[in-house]
Amino acid sequence: MKPGFGEVLLAEGDPRVREEEERLVEEFRRQLDEGMWAAVPTREERGGRREAQMVRDYGEVPPDADRVIFFPRASGGR
Amino acid sequence: MLLALLVLLLVAIALSAPTALHAWRERRLRTGGGRRSSAVHERLDPGRERRAEQRARELLRSCVSEHDWGIYRDLGFIRVAGRRGSPSAGVEAPDYAYLVYPHKPIVAYVPSSGRVLNEYCVEFPDLSDAVSSSRLPASDDVLAKWMALTGDEDRVLRSANMHLPGRQLDPARVRRDLWRLREWEGRNGSQSAASSQQ
Repeated sequence: MKPGFGEVLLAEGDPRVREEEERLVEEFRRQLDEGMWAAVPTREERGGRREAQMVRDYGEVPPDADRVIFFPRASGGR
Repeated sequence: MLLALLVLLLVAIALSAPTALHAWRERRLRTGGGRRSSAVHERLDPGRERRAEQRARELLRSCVSEHDWGIYRDLGFIRVAGRRGSPSAGVEAPDYAYLVYPHKPIVAYVPSSGRVLNEYCVEFPDLSDAVSSSRLPASDDVLAKWMALTGDEDRVLRSANMHLPGRQLDPARVRRDLWRLREWEGRNGSQSAASSQQ
């Protein structure tokens, strides 16, 4: 999510393909280095509950995740 | 004679000055270089924010439950069950919950009584451009709060500034929204706190 623009596609690829995964990891790190937060929307298999899983490392991304959403980190507002 | 010509010249300059100034500004807008020029053109794109908001609404819809999407679509806010202190508390009947408004504080309240607890002022500023005043589209702001609250409630609340009720949002408005929410769920089917996130 980019202020002023909304959703912007940063990178896409199949994590099972080595070159594509490297690109995904690189972009993941770049976003976190820029101070973004990363979250994976999830759906519970039993009950279907929707929530998000915050991830701080590429290794924390669930293997079946189809997307990671980056958004500016929260800060105290007025 | 010379004086008359001088006066005529001054009058001509005075009359043509506004036109010349306007032409100069127009030219500057068209050909002005660098960052300022692009900022002007960004401001002149009236559809950009609308397109961004449309994408944001689609993204939000793809992440939350149909029930929550319906609440947001019809009422303009979303509800998130609180789970602080007990990870499973939000599964059945939460002790507290949040109302999430776009670009407004997160409001904590007690579902059983409707009592408003606190306002959590939080924003998601543009980190890439310190001079930019742009902000997330409204629905992205709601989604960011929803992800932060459901993914790491403690973290987002630590980042927020907590205030007593009424600092930004009129408590009467919050009470009215809670009433609207009850009415909406009466028409569209209620969900338990657990399933409010389904």
